[in-house]
Amino acid sequence: MTTTVADTEEGTVSPYALSHLDSLESEAVHIFREVAGEFERPVILFSGGKDSIVMLHLALKAFAPAAVPFSLLHVDTGHNFPEVLEYRDRVVAEHGLRLHVASVQEYIDRGALRERPDGTRNPLQTLPLTEKIQAERFDAVFGGGRRDEEKARAKERVFSLRDEFSQWDPRRQRPELWNLYNGRHAPGEHVRVFPLSNWTELDVWQYIAREGIELPEIYFAHEREVFRRAGMWLTAGEWGGPKDGETVEKRLVRYRTVGDMSCTGAVDSDAVTLDDVIAEIAASRLTERGATRADDKMSEAAMEDRKREGYF
Amino acid sequence: MSTITSEELSATTLLRFATAGSVDDGKSTLVGRLLHDSKSILSDQLEAVERASASRGQEAPDLALLTDGLRAEREQGITIDVAYRYFATPRRRFILADTPGHVQYTRNMVTGASTAELTVILVDARNGVVEQTRRHAAIAALLRVPHVVLAVNKMDLVDYREPVFAAIAEEFTAYASELGVPEVTAIPISALAGDNVVDPSANMDWYGGPTFLEHLETVPVSHDLAHCHARLPVQYVIRPQTAEHPDYRGYAGQIAAGTFRVGEPVTVLPSGRTSTISGIDLLGEPVDVAWTTQSVTVLLADDVDVSRGDLIVPTKDAPATTQDVEATVCHVADQPLTVGHRVLIKHGTRTVKAIVKDIPSRLTLDDLSLHPHPGQLVANDIGRVKIRTAQPLPVDSYADSRRTGSFILIDPADGTTLTAGMVGESFASPEPVKDALDDDGWDF
Repeated sequence: MTTTVADTEEGTVSPYALSHLDSLESEAVHIFREVAGEFERPVILFSGGKDSIVMLHLALKAFAPAAVPFSLLHVDTGHNFPEVLEYRDRVVAEHGLRLHVASVQEYIDRGALRERPDGTRNPLQTLPLTEKIQAERFDAVFGGGRRDEEKARAKERVFSLRDEFSQWDPRRQRPELWNLYNGRHAPGEHVRVFPLSNWTELDVWQYIAREGIELPEIYFAHEREVFRRAGMWLTAGEWGGPKDGETVEKRLVRYRTVGDMSCTGAVDSDAVTLDDVIAEIAASRLTERGATRADDKMSEAAMEDRKREGYF
Repeated sequence: MSTITSEELSATTLLRFATAGSVDDGKSTLVGRLLHDSKSILSDQLEAVERASASRGQEAPDLALLTDGLRAEREQGITIDVAYRYFATPRRRFILADTPGHVQYTRNMVTGASTAELTVILVDARNGVVEQTRRHAAIAALLRVPHVVLAVNKMDLVDYREPVFAAIAEEFTAYASELGVPEVTAIPISALAGDNVVDPSANMDWYGGPTFLEHLETVPVSHDLAHCHARLPVQYVIRPQTAEHPDYRGYAGQIAAGTFRVGEPVTVLPSGRTSTISGIDLLGEPVDVAWTTQSVTVLLADDVDVSRGDLIVPTKDAPATTQDVEATVCHVADQPLTVGHRVLIKHGTRTVKAIVKDIPSRLTLDDLSLHPHPGQLVANDIGRVKIRTAQPLPVDSYADSRRTGSFILIDPADGTTLTAGMVGESFASPEPVKDALDDDGWDF
């Protein structure tokens, strides 16, 4: 599936120019293969969201016709969309992968974590994630984070060193030169690896379209019972909504990101095909997180603080 | 704003470029202007900047806030690292490595330039070429960035006069060509007023060239590969060992330079064994030919021993292997690099032990003077080093191949990346060697 490129300059068309998607794909595959060559126990964080789906697709391509030499890890908040869990399980079975689950609900049930007053569980994912990494001795953890998502991420490395508490110290990050990644770490430390560092939301969607990758249905327009909170359309459900004064209505919506039900908002949309979605995003005046994530609006430094603690 | 269709977008190329310049030159304003005028700043990002500016008591939204990511930086009002920015036009996708231009951040500029195909050097039209400009030019030359743009900013403050621009462009171009920079494009702009950044300037009708963004959109991104040495560092051996693929042995890697063809005789280094390419898998698609920077899997006709760290090269164009590497380096770590230092060297996909045998000289970027035998290099120093490696490495000259002529040194104790190295001569032309006047340059 290679796209040919017509360079804009007449007469400077090079038969060797790669399209931007081919460049990004090649770079991501290189990153997956570096980790396979240099680490003992890598794992891919897999939520069933579009970025982790693209990561898995790239990993499958990187090692074909052999199997992907990594297992998957899902941090389950207990408030996941059923369509997404169903998709996750189907994909795992289809490719014969091993899935690890770290469950926020389980931590709450045994009193190791406390539910927040606002009901959001995204910040609660850090502890189950970091303890699972320690328990399984994962030394490389692939995340779908992209540098275009948020200001603190713009400074993130492709190979991001974490100490034994999974903490991110921006001053301890190593300069990344050429494509020479340095994955050395002490026992107990691990490296978070971001193969989609240089992708934008639009790149991800275009790649999904080009490769014909199947996604959970909630990424496309559908009728859903939602209510308004903090300027977002949230899905009604047992996780904590609607509350007094919030009214449920049926709307035609879709999700731009897929996360915890309590803080992932839907957007009004009639985009039912990938092309519709791409056109909508290309014309959108809001970033993906700005439109749909309550948790990033908390403070100017919200993401930076959570990253330091070991968040994705 | 013209809406970009998915067809248009899927057929664009990608340009990685870097900026160098200080806050005073208006770099943040230029980057902000570029993102703003190319409609890449989305309304929530702009609102966040407006909110943050207002809470600091600033009247106008401070576009620099768009590019300052971390709290430490915001509190100190500085930029401490490379930040990556992304934007697109209907013609091209861009990745910008935005690096601070202060003296002590040489390592960040080197980092940003290492993956850049184009670098933008900003000067203030009122000040012209200053020490820092020469330093930025030297880094672009050392890193062999193929395209250099001189953005002469703040033209509004010199009444948009052509002679001012022409004199600066001439002085810079002469200096850059002395360093062997292959190509300089000078563009007169005002980032604040928007002249020639995205839209052509009505105030400078004497300028007939492209706007800054037009140049970024049209500069060639891939080079003539006919003269490149083909190189494939092996990352990983793919052996499914399944009923369907009982004998498949594929050597996976990203082509670092040049082109490979099925049927071509190849040599595996450092062992020197030879074979022929019997197949190339381009991520699941068999192809007859593949080129840089495609990630591929190569199959060989013979059962030769190949593993991670090896380099596959055309038999007719193999590099020599050596245990003595001489290079220009930029030291990027806080702890110094000293003669006798035991390190690890990562070249391509191979990491071996090495010793720093000698540091013949340190280079001062301001005036290109050489300081013989400094004994050590500290953070942000540029110098020459001689390294003895525990095993032979197939190194190219950095001038010939940026990916197989580069390496990093790693501290074996804690894994820190110490040094970025470029094999061979520093500059494309002979270096002017001047007497070292004093040593105060930029050691701190």
